[in-house]
Amino acid sequence: MATGDHDGATPRPPGPFRAGFWRSPIRGPWLTAVFGLVLLVGITVLFVTGLLSYAAYNPRLGAVNDQTPGKGWLGFYLFTWPTHPSWLYRLNQGVHVTLGVVLVPVLLAKLWSAIPKLFEWPPTRSPAHAVERLSLLLLVGGAGFEFATGILNIQLHYVFPGSFYTLHFYGAWVFIAAFAVHVGLRIGRLRRALRSRRPESVLRTDTARTRPEPADPDGLVAASPAAPTMSRRGALALTGAGSLVLLAVTAGQSIGGPWRRTALLAPHDRDPGTGPNGFQVNKSAAAVGITAADIGPAWRLTLHGPAEVSTFTREQLAAMPQHAAALPIACVEGWSTDDQHWSGLRLADLAALAGAPDAGSVLVESVERGGPFGTVLLAGNQIRDPRSLLALHVNGADLSPDHGYPARIIVPANPGVNNTKWVARLTFRT
Amino acid sequence: MNLPALLRRRPRLHPVQRVRQLTSRLLRWYGAHPLHLLAMACCFALAGYAAVELLTGRTLAVALWFIGAALLHDLVLLPVYAGADLGAQALLSEQGGRTRTVPVINHLRVPTALSGLLLLVWFPLILNLSKPYTGDTTLNEHPYLGRWLLITAALYAASLVLLALRLLRHRRRSRPAGPRVPGSAGRTRT
Repeated sequence: MATGDHDGATPRPPGPFRAGFWRSPIRGPWLTAVFGLVLLVGITVLFVTGLLSYAAYNPRLGAVNDQTPGKGWLGFYLFTWPTHPSWLYRLNQGVHVTLGVVLVPVLLAKLWSAIPKLFEWPPTRSPAHAVERLSLLLLVGGAGFEFATGILNIQLHYVFPGSFYTLHFYGAWVFIAAFAVHVGLRIGRLRRALRSRRPESVLRTDTARTRPEPADPDGLVAASPAAPTMSRRGALALTGAGSLVLLAVTAGQSIGGPWRRTALLAPHDRDPGTGPNGFQVNKSAAAVGITAADIGPAWRLTLHGPAEVSTFTREQLAAMPQHAAALPIACVEGWSTDDQHWSGLRLADLAALAGAPDAGSVLVESVERGGPFGTVLLAGNQIRDPRSLLALHVNGADLSPDHGYPARIIVPANPGVNNTKWVARLTFRT
Repeated sequence: MNLPALLRRRPRLHPVQRVRQLTSRLLRWYGAHPLHLLAMACCFALAGYAAVELLTGRTLAVALWFIGAALLHDLVLLPVYAGADLGAQALLSEQGGRTRTVPVINHLRVPTALSGLLLLVWFPLILNLSKPYTGDTTLNEHPYLGRWLLITAALYAASLVLLALRLLRHRRRSRPAGPRVPGSAGRTRT
């Protein structure tokens, strides 16, 4: 559009505000639309899996499960999280985290492709233009904020200002508000831009024959393009290669098995040990301050409910009828383990023992002092599932201290942190 | 100017027309379709509702993170990578000026971009910045810096081999054309 350096009364400042400054011959509506389309699909999946991940904590059950009690209407969709299939949370979180990592190059490419818009002149043409640019601050800031908090959290690099849950949850809603409006306002332009060139012809065009797109009203197309040094297919291939490389060094920590070793740069790329307790640990006993005395011979499990309070030593629990279940550990951080073979007491049996065979919830308390997940509420469907256990053994051995000795919760499709370790008390409520 | 006076001056204007006239005047001032205004109102209402909770108790820090995240690529990453790219292009064209027949620059760009991307995403692990990592996970090795460097080396090596093959193929093809081409192709390899 405007190629002069004077628009109206205010002269354009020098540098990136000048029409001739951005010179890439491949920048233009088509390329922006391709990246936009990938992000439209990808971010929609990220948002849905994010909402599901929040629902998986069953925040409606009570304050101890809710990391964001101020959510208000933002929890409108919540439902009781199912226990079938047992890999549901594992899949959801693996997709959410891996896809988030894999979309980073696409997000960067999209921002690169639209950079001239940041330096539009005049900065605002009308009130409509001004509020739209403000919404773009929410869009780009929200995207950066969500990707940054997520990527830092999965590496346990807690430099962000506050609880990850709070920041990532409310940040997602700020972002998605701007995202939805941006999609609504741009979807027509995206469709037109995609139709402007055939993918086959783009894939056939090498660098030497690459030509700029026709000038566009948004000013993405360079006014004085440089000679091409990369074709459009080259730019797409580079972005795709970025996604593929990130996928290759990340996905293994969620797929598990022999693939774990391929997750060369992901935090859970290798098993911490060998033998029955050698699988992934989220937080070790030492990290949360569990002492030998906490889980020594003096440890007792206390059972509360409508019946009289009862107390058990570990030996007494081990002498009761044992049941087995093959279930994974899956973390909000995206990594997970293959199915481990747990055995112990059914939560349903313990509920009956506490005098609440139809318990609507159980409050699980760990010997862990403080910390956000030392106490958790499980729902009725989770108690009733025959695979839900207070486990004493895993893979044929006693639990190790890092995996929750003397006893831990394991519930199918439950987020890892809700599978409480070092359980000291169960309070069944009808 | 008071309202009764305004109404008296145009007694014959139908109320619907008057609304339309007012709307169109508002829209001329606003600069877009009324749907745009509605969409923006929705956006800011929902974002505001979430932002109240997002900002409570740590307004400045979160706002700085949010705005910082908006500007990180555009005002930090882009100037760095675009500047490096222009510098590399200038250097390469000084060195041989043969970038037109074999695009040498992309053999530098691709491994640099991929390696940089890996660093951008996984820098806390690569640079061993995450304090709780070892204690929490009981994974007490720090293999990430070494792995990232090896991946980077492999990417550059693959790119170099590919470039060498392309230059060789180009030299073979253009040998009958004259003896100067292979000589200058050799120069770009440095």
